[in-house]
Amino acid sequence: MATVIDSKKACAVNPLKMSQPLGACYAFLGLADTMPMMHGSQGCTSFGLVLLVRHFKEAIPMQTTAMNEVSTILGGMDNIEQALLNIKKRANPALIAIASTGLTETKGDDVDGYLRLIRARHGETLAGTEVVYVSAPDYVGAFQDGWAAAVKALVTAFARPAATRVAGRIGVLPGAHLTPADLDELRELIEAFGLEPVLVPDLSRSLDGHIPDDFTPTTLGGATLDDIRELAACEHVIAIGEQMRGAVDSLATNAGVPGTVFDRLTGLAATDALVALLMRLSGKPAPARLKRQRGQLLDAMLDGHFHLGGKRVAIGAEPDLLFALASLIHEMGGEVAAAVTTTHSPVLARVPTAEVLVGDLEDLEQRAAGCDLLLTHAHGRQAAARLGIPLMRVGIPQFDRLGAAHQLSVGYRGTRDLIFALANLFLAHLHAHGPDDWPLPEAALAAARGAAPAGCACSAPAETVIPIIPA
Amino acid sequence: MDARVSAKIQSVFEEPACEHNQNKDEKARKKGCTKQLSPGAAAGGCAFDGAKIALQPIADVAHLVHGPIACEGNSWDNRNSSTSGPQLYRTGFTTDIGELDVIYGGEKRLFKSIREIIDKYDPPAVFVYQTCVTALIGDDIEAVCKRAAEKFGKPVVPVNAPGFVGPKNLGNKLGAEALLDYVIGTEEPEVSTPYDINIIGEYNLAGELWQVRPLLDALGIRVLACISGDGRYHEVARSHRARAAMMVCSKSMINVARKMEERYGIPFFEGSFYGIEDMSDTLRNLARLLVAQGAPADLLERTEALIAIEEERAWHRIAAYRPRLEGKKVLLITGGVKSWSVVAALQEAGLEVVGTSVKKSTKEDKEKIKEIMGEDAHMIDDMTPREMFRMLREARADIMLSGGRSQFVALKAKMPWLDINQERHYAYAGYEGMVDLVREISKTLFNPVWEQVRAPAPWDVPATAEEC
Ligand code: SF4
Repeated sequence: MATVIDSKKACAVNPLKMSQPLGACYAFLGLADTMPMMHGSQGCTSFGLVLLVRHFKEAIPMQTTAMNEVSTILGGMDNIEQALLNIKKRANPALIAIASTGLTETKGDDVDGYLRLIRARHGETLAGTEVVYVSAPDYVGAFQDGWAAAVKALVTAFARPAATRVAGRIGVLPGAHLTPADLDELRELIEAFGLEPVLVPDLSRSLDGHIPDDFTPTTLGGATLDDIRELAACEHVIAIGEQMRGAVDSLATNAGVPGTVFDRLTGLAATDALVALLMRLSGKPAPARLKRQRGQLLDAMLDGHFHLGGKRVAIGAEPDLLFALASLIHEMGGEVAAAVTTTHSPVLARVPTAEVLVGDLEDLEQRAAGCDLLLTHAHGRQAAARLGIPLMRVGIPQFDRLGAAHQLSVGYRGTRDLIFALANLFLAHLHAHGPDDWPLPEAALAAARGAAPAGCACSAPAETVIPIIPA
Repeated sequence: MDARVSAKIQSVFEEPACEHNQNKDEKARKKGCTKQLSPGAAAGGCAFDGAKIALQPIADVAHLVHGPIACEGNSWDNRNSSTSGPQLYRTGFTTDIGELDVIYGGEKRLFKSIREIIDKYDPPAVFVYQTCVTALIGDDIEAVCKRAAEKFGKPVVPVNAPGFVGPKNLGNKLGAEALLDYVIGTEEPEVSTPYDINIIGEYNLAGELWQVRPLLDALGIRVLACISGDGRYHEVARSHRARAAMMVCSKSMINVARKMEERYGIPFFEGSFYGIEDMSDTLRNLARLLVAQGAPADLLERTEALIAIEEERAWHRIAAYRPRLEGKKVLLITGGVKSWSVVAALQEAGLEVVGTSVKKSTKEDKEKIKEIMGEDAHMIDDMTPREMFRMLREARADIMLSGGRSQFVALKAKMPWLDINQERHYAYAGYEGMVDLVREISKTLFNPVWEQVRAPAPWDVPATAEEC
């Protein structure tokens, strides 16, 4: 339905996009007892770390191989070796997870080769700590691509074919666009059917803002290595977001686990599809409280459509988040008048709008002229102020608000809350009409004055009609 | 390495006005002030980050980052330097290079980017920042900037501080070098007065400059240029006509201060806006330098009179917090800020400083700390987060004042914490700032939230007799 086009500009202005290595490390942060690390110069890690700290208001464990100009040219083997030994000594994590950066990719470091050598050299010292590596150059793709590549690398490295499947165990591979609160909601949904979900990665156990008993230098919780290994013994795997298809395919080919990719779980029909699958997998009917939640969502949709219907919304978000939000706006009768995203994805063609641009926030700002609402991350604040329209912060980063980890937008409850949040924004910015809101055109005024008709009414600007985009 | 960058780095390392440097032998000096980082145990920003921190506060300039999305996309609009006018510095410009640029070179894209910016935003100047990948593939930003400047008739300034040449503080200096090479002295001010000064190395974080400026305004001292907080391109270009300069103590721009003295005969002193005595010393030094340079001598008396009134007002306001803060224990972990100047104000408010970090302090700083805090002053060289956590948990301190990085150590230990580092939102400069700091400490310490979060959960309370 949507045409996907690339920005023609040489200079990106007000970036919407964040880099791949950061997306990869974000995925690693959802693993227990782990130290994520970028193989690159120190600044890349520092920026990424500050960005996530300001988003989550949590300490973020993230290391760097601290490459400098000389080590880059000589190759990063020594730095990786030292980094692994240092981290092992200081933090002794279960997993050290490495993402490359633009710098070391440009040089062409063979990290997989290095790791084999280092293992051979320091097998004993490093015993008890796994190491995983994912290639994620900065100059290709975006944040969600890095996340997707990291999860795929994890699944491919650790999920080995299992002898038996564990009845009722469901693997869950969430996309980068789901918050810790979304993951909790999913877990509860699946458990409501007596099934046992295994989430990989699981940010709801690491970045949900809990207070640990002692200080730890690694992640505060998350999916364990055993969780990843046991994905292979799941009865079924559910993935959320088109970005996760690679990981699901890897599990299917390597371990024969059947999987379903949901391109979104925001919205009534989308959640219904998940519930139908869970009923089938569990052989159980939906519990009463889920039925009540669905009823509440229907009511929210009925109440909300008055306020969302006909509204023009501009969205800047990564592909899977864009798709989920745009679909909901569309289902509520709103118009997605501008859609800008960070990277290519098959899901973009299905976004209910005329055109999706892979671009930046300057593009979004230009396209958002005449819109009623801006949906993007916190960097949209300057654009929203200039446009004089409200901004609803979605995605990462949200450095100027609290509670980003607890924003819920999946399932019946999440969709209900999102509809309320959107509707309330519109209510808060209701335009009160004034005496000059409905001026007569010049032709009508002239006619009323008794002057000869200057032209016909057909010269009036054409009525803008919200296009009907088939679902 | 690009020969020009390495020559620059060498000259910055040989900085004669840096006292750290004077104590080093020839070889150590060559190596510069950058320790070799330890992979897997390193923290802190890169040289590009440092250069951007130093220059981005120039508010009307378009700051264009040449590199892949990581450098700008992950970091833009995240610094808290305030402006009283133009907002352009908050716009993120980057060439966002892709795979093809890496293969074929990114110079064309850079040139086109400069053109697009000038067409759309028409800034007084464009600053172009080099980063790691584009440096590695050999993009010559100096040449592109030169060509663009000629073609578009506008200053286009190359800032050659790719991340991988070193840490943030080196980047501060390399950024400053770009100002010396391409900006300072390129324009003439319309009028000059005997009261014209430069403030160097002040970034106007959280608007701190505005806690100080009213004092200068009251004395008739004109800030010709602040480099770079709330700065304007033309001001910096004309700053070589100042009569005197203050270098803000972090040393991040010592090269600018010294070279401006060398080239334009502008004397400078090193001063600080943090702490009451420091603020007064700064005003005194400014007045003295200006008078020595020919300003009317009554400036000295006027300055003393202002100091007397303002100091008394500040101490009086701080003393009001004494009854409630008396005996409370503070752990002070600062980065670049001279801790002893803050210690005096905390003590005046009745607080007991149980420890202070001296990681970046000089020998004199340490002597001064001893003088103020007594011989057994607890000086912490480098505290691990785990040690901090324990110290706070065991309640050996009531509140921690530190930079953002250790925030969660305190909060997760359910201990009061106050941000005194770069990204903070409160301004603590000048006399006003110290009063604000004490007020913030009081507000934080006596927040009822601490009692609540430390109370045991119902399931952790042992059953009592009444319940049976
Ligand atoms: S280290 Fe290099 S690549 Fe990384 S942010 Fe700094 S300049 Fe950019």
